[in-house]
Amino acid sequence: MLRLYATVAAGGFRRHATYRVATAAGVFTNTVFGFILSYTYIALWDERPQLGGYSMDDALAYVWIGQALITVCGLMGGGFEDELIERIRTGDIAVDLYRPADLQAWWFSANLGRSAYQLLGRGVVPMAVGALVFDFTLPSGPGTWLAFLVAVALGSTVSFAIWYLVAMSAFWLLDGQGVVQVAWLGGLFFSGMLLPLNVFPGALGELARVLPWASMLQVPADVYLGKYEGWRGLAGAYAFQGCWAVVLFGAGRAAQAAATRKVVVQGG
Amino acid sequence: MAEALRTSRDSRRAYPLVSDSWRTYRMVAGMWIRSTMTYRSSFALTLVTSFCVTFFDFVVILLMFGQVRGLGGFSFAEVALLYGTTGTSFGLADLTMGSLQRMGKRVRDGSLDTFLMRPAPLLAQVAADKFALRRFGRVAQGLLVLVWALVLLDVAWTPVKVLLLPVMLVSGAVIFAAVMVLGASALFWMQDAAEVTSSFTYGGNTLLQYPPTIFAQELVRGVVFVVPLAFVNWLPALYVLGRPAPAGVPGWAVFASPLVAAVCCGVAGIAWRAGIRSYRSTGS
Repeated sequence: MLRLYATVAAGGFRRHATYRVATAAGVFTNTVFGFILSYTYIALWDERPQLGGYSMDDALAYVWIGQALITVCGLMGGGFEDELIERIRTGDIAVDLYRPADLQAWWFSANLGRSAYQLLGRGVVPMAVGALVFDFTLPSGPGTWLAFLVAVALGSTVSFAIWYLVAMSAFWLLDGQGVVQVAWLGGLFFSGMLLPLNVFPGALGELARVLPWASMLQVPADVYLGKYEGWRGLAGAYAFQGCWAVVLFGAGRAAQAAATRKVVVQGG
Repeated sequence: MAEALRTSRDSRRAYPLVSDSWRTYRMVAGMWIRSTMTYRSSFALTLVTSFCVTFFDFVVILLMFGQVRGLGGFSFAEVALLYGTTGTSFGLADLTMGSLQRMGKRVRDGSLDTFLMRPAPLLAQVAADKFALRRFGRVAQGLLVLVWALVLLDVAWTPVKVLLLPVMLVSGAVIFAAVMVLGASALFWMQDAAEVTSSFTYGGNTLLQYPPTIFAQELVRGVVFVVPLAFVNWLPALYVLGRPAPAGVPGWAVFASPLVAAVCCGVAGIAWRAGIRSYRSTGS
């Protein structure tokens, strides 16, 4: 069974690796946005050094981590939900449900392959360009890089769980666009994509830091910047991400079970 | 198939009448609006989120000004003016031409052929394809911030400055629209390159929300002389605010937005025609 999912994951990787022009275009766009955001952050941190506990170099690293993780952690759309929703809308999902594999595990594996490709294809280059031009904070050692990668993997898992749940709504609504937009909006704002969550003021900041979206960018970035002290701090961060992953996976399963029991698949 | 395509293309005017394009655009857009209204609740949600997405974008600037009193020497009201002008212009362009970025899919799967067979201007058909009325949310939000900025601003208004505002909004929208058409033209050759256009449209919109003083001088010169996005709002807005134009930019440039918009349209038109001519369908 595990071999099947490994094959699906490899397929996901290869499928996205086929679109080289799209990858190059994505890298270009991420780099351009990285530049624009960097200058706005420089202006902001010029006025308020140490804002949110970040030095200017930390803030610049944060910008480029965000650009590198956009597709990996589904900060602006999970990258698979449109396809899944379309299958639900057209009724093709019936074929998927007949397969001797679990629907959620199937899509998770495919998404894992996609994320891995996006990390290599779209993450590394913008990060390197940003580091060369802006000379921002780099992790203190290989251990921190490794810890960062683990946090990214967990963040990508939470992202999958959220987008899967979003896609499940299409069983009831058929046109998933509205829910996708809402999820997109929530993700964009509460992941810290627009502004680091530790710069958010008061209660809004506290709320934002405990919502699941915090696991997708803020936590990995803080791991990268070494903001968690010692093993205990790091374990706490992973536990936060892990808990949300488990809860949201469970919710996705429940929605899937309810949908396949009650909903009549679209014919046509 | 290729034969049929050629005759249909040759029988069409090289320069379609504006009235033809407008009629086509209205018909196709109207069809998509009726189709969207089938799922009313979903439409209401998307309209609200479209408004909110752009509003959250502005919340970031509000949050920034919660921490600082000025960005690059610009006050909140001044940044809001920049935000409102580019937001409205970009919103108008996105509402009318935003569908162009998805044309790559039609080139790849060959469904563009259907469009070429119809006796109607291609650009109008593709631009109105999947017309999304929800994108009006962005225009509404941009206008709202603009009005807010105008209330807050302490500017000595002259007739020229008052006139410059609507000119700036319209020229800005035309410049953004031309960039979108230019980007779509490239899709005839590279179907997957749509994101490059985003970095000039969405990216340009983000860039123009902030004062030019915070960016590197080379970057500012780039959007004045290479991709003339600075004419969308930076240059005219600097005049309205009574601030000097960026170094190396002639003084009359603040009034040149309509001219630049016209030139952009010309370039985009040439690129579009070159794109159509090189279109070879998928062959399957």
